[in-house]
Amino acid sequence: MSTDLDRLHVVVTAKVKLNDLVTRFEFVHAGGKPLPPFSGGAHALVEMRDGDVTRLNPYSLMSDPLDPSHYAISVRRDDAGRGGSVFLHDKVQVGDRLNLGYPVNLFALDLTARKHLMIAGGIGITPFVAQIKQLQSTGGAFELHYAARTQALATYADALRAAHPARVNLYLDDQNQQIPLERLLSGQPPGTHVYVCGPRGMIDWVLTTAHALGWPPEAVHFEEFLAPQPGMPFTVELAQTGKTICVGEHESLLEAMEREGVDAPYLCRGGACGQCETRVLAHDGTFHHHDHWLEEHDRNGRKIMPCVSRFEGTRLVLDR
Amino acid sequence: MTIQFNDETFRDDYTFRNSDWAIRRFPFPFHEDSYMYSVNMERHRGGPEGSVYAKRFDVDEHYISEMRDRALVLAEDPLRCQSLPHMTLAGWDLLELIMVNKSEDYPDLFELDRDGNKWRWINKPLSIDDSFIFMDEASLPYGPMEYITRQTQGDFAVLDQRENNLWMDAGMVTTQADWSLDFDIGMNFFEWHAPVPLAHEMGVFKRALKFLLNVQQGNPARRLNWTMTVNPLLDTSPENYHKWGVQKTTLTPENLGRKQHLRVELQTFYRLPRSNALVFPIRCYLIALEDLVTIPKWGRRLHRVIRDLPVELATYKGFIDNRPLILDYLSQFDDGLPTSPGVWPDLDSEPPLRR
Amino acid sequence: MSTFQFPPSIASRPTYGTLGPRAGAAQIMLADAEGAEALLAVAKTDPELMRRAHVIYIPKHTGAQFIDQLRAANPAILHVAPSYAACTQRLHRVFSAAPMGAQLYLAGTEGLIGQAMALALQIGIPKSAIQTEHRGSVARRVQCVHCKGITEDVMIDPFQCSHCGLNLFVRDHYSRRLAAFQGVCIDAEDPGNVPPSVELYS
Ligand code: HEM
Repeated sequence: MSTDLDRLHVVVTAKVKLNDLVTRFEFVHAGGKPLPPFSGGAHALVEMRDGDVTRLNPYSLMSDPLDPSHYAISVRRDDAGRGGSVFLHDKVQVGDRLNLGYPVNLFALDLTARKHLMIAGGIGITPFVAQIKQLQSTGGAFELHYAARTQALATYADALRAAHPARVNLYLDDQNQQIPLERLLSGQPPGTHVYVCGPRGMIDWVLTTAHALGWPPEAVHFEEFLAPQPGMPFTVELAQTGKTICVGEHESLLEAMEREGVDAPYLCRGGACGQCETRVLAHDGTFHHHDHWLEEHDRNGRKIMPCVSRFEGTRLVLDR
Repeated sequence: MTIQFNDETFRDDYTFRNSDWAIRRFPFPFHEDSYMYSVNMERHRGGPEGSVYAKRFDVDEHYISEMRDRALVLAEDPLRCQSLPHMTLAGWDLLELIMVNKSEDYPDLFELDRDGNKWRWINKPLSIDDSFIFMDEASLPYGPMEYITRQTQGDFAVLDQRENNLWMDAGMVTTQADWSLDFDIGMNFFEWHAPVPLAHEMGVFKRALKFLLNVQQGNPARRLNWTMTVNPLLDTSPENYHKWGVQKTTLTPENLGRKQHLRVELQTFYRLPRSNALVFPIRCYLIALEDLVTIPKWGRRLHRVIRDLPVELATYKGFIDNRPLILDYLSQFDDGLPTSPGVWPDLDSEPPLRR
Repeated sequence: MSTFQFPPSIASRPTYGTLGPRAGAAQIMLADAEGAEALLAVAKTDPELMRRAHVIYIPKHTGAQFIDQLRAANPAILHVAPSYAACTQRLHRVFSAAPMGAQLYLAGTEGLIGQAMALALQIGIPKSAIQTEHRGSVARRVQCVHCKGITEDVMIDPFQCSHCGLNLFVRDHYSRRLAAFQGVCIDAEDPGNVPPSVELYS
């Protein structure tokens, strides 16, 4: 994805504050054309020009995948993050023009499944909103278990429960309610697939429990919302291009390379797809890997995913 | 230009012919004087005007006759078109992809009117004018994949993507180079490629799969594959091999130029939006060697490629027994002069054959 | 010993492992003939697991040889069936009731393993919940690519299709969905010239 042809030009048509943390943005095609349909679970990169910094952050599409009239995303404000969500919340207004990437799905429904068991935590609800709409149109059995801190922060819970009273279950932390995971994962009929999207701790909990109960990996799907984390600035030598660049506190290694005109492949910018995998040629220091892609033995100074991972130390040389 | 459709057959009396136009735009697959498997993929984003790459779904003079041949194959053996139950959504995606692209690329031949879910499709060459409800199977005479691929040249494999692999879970396959959809349906990328020699060991399939898993909406890709076929027979299926196999033994030095065909597949890859499936159209182009050698560069080069092709590949492609005869024929068109790089005919710059 | 080392082959050809006890929500075991030995080996490693297992066994030519040993291993349920065909309805019922997390153990001939695997996958049991171990005969189930008929227990190559009568050579290309290898006409290019048959793997 690097040419203009790969971008969708859109206009912001709605900005709806849903609660203290989450705001929904809706977009239509700037040329009045239909937007491409997508599959439930897909995300799109949102291009943000914030002063002289350009960020591309992935957000799950949560509108009806079969409805090409508009797209919607829901953005959770992260004041500790690098500013992408804060920029959207504070600066982007109805009528603004933005560029989006084409939808990409790294959290697709397995359409061979007989039943879809969905487990959501907090803002992790967004891909499920689109998947449920898809299953509504194409006919598929699902069950949603949704945990949130409080009723007020349970974004979209009311709408989902109203539409699917028998299939949507809500669990609130402040009421000491917990998803009865072990019971849920015992006794599901053959062909059930489980999907989890939420904070890291929740994903680990579901993966470990499913594994212990004999669930095979191909029936367990997860997506963690990875945004590149800020961190200490560091310096990188790029061997192929012969450049030495500084990665600032609030930009990712990938963004720093792009700023310097180094052409690096990417797709998800969230540590999941593997496109930007880069070989480490030399290093003296510690890696902060945040991706889901690399094998364990590659994390030890062999490879790095520049979209989300960082480095702290005296010297880093990459094969770019 | 308007296309003059041929009235021709791909069986029995084999009246199939290429016009001069079709010969010149033939997708000659060799960009140099030798050939080996490789991960030969590039973006599918048009090509020179008039070439087979210019449109997303190329329509040529053989269109109507190819569709007639497909209907005959399906009447004999409906298992050539199958779709596992979870692939219906992908079928609608494919129907949309083809209808939208063909009506945009060939407005004089195809028309699509959309009013919400109410669609009207007009296919002038085949005299079809159907109104239907998008996503309502009952409103079409066939399932969506079968409906649209009965009207589109080339085979289609529709791949479900899961477990970091591709699964051949639906397809329309009547012009194949000797493989069976009915047998391969449900297989993954490595399983259906299992019979191919050498490429697995070379790591070709591992790298190709990685590429394909990341093909994205709005960004299709393509590659070429090729083999040799005696007589312009589209349906070289394993199912009917006991009937057509014997034709391979009918070559003589006198009839070879007319009977022996180079068979080239233009393979493209599109991500399908709603299903997240991948579609793999495999468009087959045939050319008789006597027509191919009218392009001096191609005559020289094909002789060298066939001569130097590893035995494993010539065996797999099914012409090892006929290779000596083919080489005898082709050697007449190779005067040893160098060839220009690339696949194009370069008629203006390449010298005529020196006898 | 009832084990056989298959020569390395192409990617579609199934390979088999050694059954091992695995934690799971239910334990379902199916074997034919010498496949019983593989189940008994699991019982030996983990007698407790065997006591929770539902075992379906098809003795074929082995007669009563393994039935008593299986019974002595004390499975929760032991069902002895006269043939695969006779127990497919039961298998369908048992597989459909298996919760996610159930473990399936298949042992014996390629034909049995392949057919039960195809049924289980069709019902939705995930592939990696299924373990397989080959034991006994190396005969193959082969589909004639021309008439689509399946010939069971093929031991020679080439062989004559039991449905259409064509002479077929046996490929290693294998369809999990059909639970069959592919048979292709051997004398298509030279009708009548059929080489003498040889025993598979000889
Ligand atoms: C996902 C889309 C694809 C499908 C459905 C597909 C399907 C097939 C099938 C059915 C065969 C015949 C195998 C047999 O002998 O039974 C084949 C052959 C082959 N495929 Fe693919 N293929 C795909 C993509 C690719 C790609 C991306 C490559 C890239 C290198 C590739 C390389 C080959 C080669 C080298 C052969 C042998 C062809 C020959 O020598 O004539 N395929 N493919």
